[in-house]
Amino acid sequence: MLLEFEKPIADLELKLQEMKDLAKGRNIDLTTDIQSLEEKIQTLKKETFQHLTRWQRVQLSRHADRPYALDYIYEITNDFIEIHGDRTVKDDKAMIGGLGDIDGRSVMFVGQQKGRNTKQRQERNFGMANPEGYRKALRLMKMAEKFGKPIVTLIDTPGAFPGIEAEERGQGEAIARNLKEMFMLKVPVICIIIGEGASGGALGIAIGDKVYMLENTWYSVISPESCSSILWRSWDYKEQAAEALKLTAIDMKTNGLIDGIIEEPLGGAHKDMKKMAGTIKQTILEALKELDKIKPEKRIDQRIDKFCAMGVFEE
Amino acid sequence: MAWFKRTDKGIKTSTEEKKDTPDGLWYKTPNGSIIHTRELKNNSYVCPDDEYHVKIGSKEYFEILFDGNNYMELDKDMISGDPLKFVDTKPYKSRIEATITKTELKDAVRTAVGRINEMDLVIACMDFNFIGGSMGSVVGEKIARAIDYSLKNKIPFLMISKSGGARMMEAGFSLMQMAKTSAKLALLDKAAIPYISLLTDPTTGGVTASYAMLGDFNIAEPGALIGFAGPRVIRETIGKDLPKGFQSSEFVLEHGFLDFIIDRRQLKNRLTTLLNLLRN
Repeated sequence: MLLEFEKPIADLELKLQEMKDLAKGRNIDLTTDIQSLEEKIQTLKKETFQHLTRWQRVQLSRHADRPYALDYIYEITNDFIEIHGDRTVKDDKAMIGGLGDIDGRSVMFVGQQKGRNTKQRQERNFGMANPEGYRKALRLMKMAEKFGKPIVTLIDTPGAFPGIEAEERGQGEAIARNLKEMFMLKVPVICIIIGEGASGGALGIAIGDKVYMLENTWYSVISPESCSSILWRSWDYKEQAAEALKLTAIDMKTNGLIDGIIEEPLGGAHKDMKKMAGTIKQTILEALKELDKIKPEKRIDQRIDKFCAMGVFEE
Repeated sequence: MAWFKRTDKGIKTSTEEKKDTPDGLWYKTPNGSIIHTRELKNNSYVCPDDEYHVKIGSKEYFEILFDGNNYMELDKDMISGDPLKFVDTKPYKSRIEATITKTELKDAVRTAVGRINEMDLVIACMDFNFIGGSMGSVVGEKIARAIDYSLKNKIPFLMISKSGGARMMEAGFSLMQMAKTSAKLALLDKAAIPYISLLTDPTTGGVTASYAMLGDFNIAEPGALIGFAGPRVIRETIGKDLPKGFQSSEFVLEHGFLDFIIDRRQLKNRLTTLLNLLRN
């Protein structure tokens, strides 16, 4: 699966492969040609990815090959034990979590999980959690607090699920409770937007001492498509909506709504998952080092103060 | 020829001679009951014939609740900024200005402190007329400060919600108001100061998924639309019609997310009883 702006690069890469095969098969020396094509590809890549529009970043955040929460968790941890269920209704497979270790240190992971193929996508409900998902997340976070383990949340959701049963079981209440409870967690909380960060469904596991976004992700109050349909009364203005919403990592950092941006490999996270996971791991370790030095009560105060300072108004 | 046949065709009264009933003298509820507006006002804006609760704003709620309509408004001059320079079909800035002129409100919430039946109470009340009661930075900040006032003076807090949800034109900033208000409510919770959340028609989206659902007591007016996702979104997602009464106050009570439903005419007295029971 290729995005429109990935195609010219992919075409050149294919040409490069052909050239390499030709050189090898026919035993012709094409070294200079190969070199110049490689350089050309690199330049094109840099140019393309330096000047991505906001909508193109949204597309990258949803790329079919993009790594999901469990991909990163298994890559980052040595041991990982997944934990299931909210102890009330069921196990929500759109919200995953468990205990794992990063370089020997135990961490509680929580995150939304998308599926890779049609069957998985259905099972994971496209990463849209129900109330029991948010309650499962809270149960795991409370357990982490009890055993003094830091929490890492990986956010990747097109939104909390809008369904009949979700409403019956209190989707609003489940998210609201998470917001309130997460402020009071005594352990360090690190939140990373790894794909889509849609509205309350994302925020429901994104109250942290450190909130990061991967470079090609989005985080806002509404998706560009829904924003277009409401404000422009048409689905055709998603590009404009994406521009207006200022929903990229750079925008959110500029506006002081997140703490940092995690750089992706050139071409996006899906181009080099291992490298991406390594950078994420490094970020988590550095953040923990900093947060470990702060007393729990102070960490809570700082967490509250940070979010309470967000907002622009005139008096 | 029939004796009742009309010989002159059409309406003969010229436009200038047409007599109008003064606007707003009579109110017709969605169920068809008609009531004089003066009587409606005396009845806490509830139609006595069909118990329909008319959508009202902060002005009316303050009048209904505060003793002698006396109260001190907090942060009453706070107005919205335009952090994102947001433009859709028109610029956010001019949308705000036009709405302020039209509604004579500064934003979608007003906060005040006063007394109800001689008990101190901080009330934050949303106004749906202001861009659908949407929650932007001003709404978040005013509610946060009202909770601060409650905390500092140890006064119970009543939130009256009426909102379509987050204000899209403030995008990320709007989203973080959910976090901000929830943080303040966590502090109020810790200080064991009562928080009563009254949900009125409609309360949806980010407001439901933050302060509206976080009350020690979540109560609602009858027949209000209460939910996280709007009915249209749910219908489109699942491709099915929604059951009758779905997302009504009664439905939400039945599913265990409300403590009780309150008729607006009894609101002040029931609140007083509840606060007394907590205090004594």
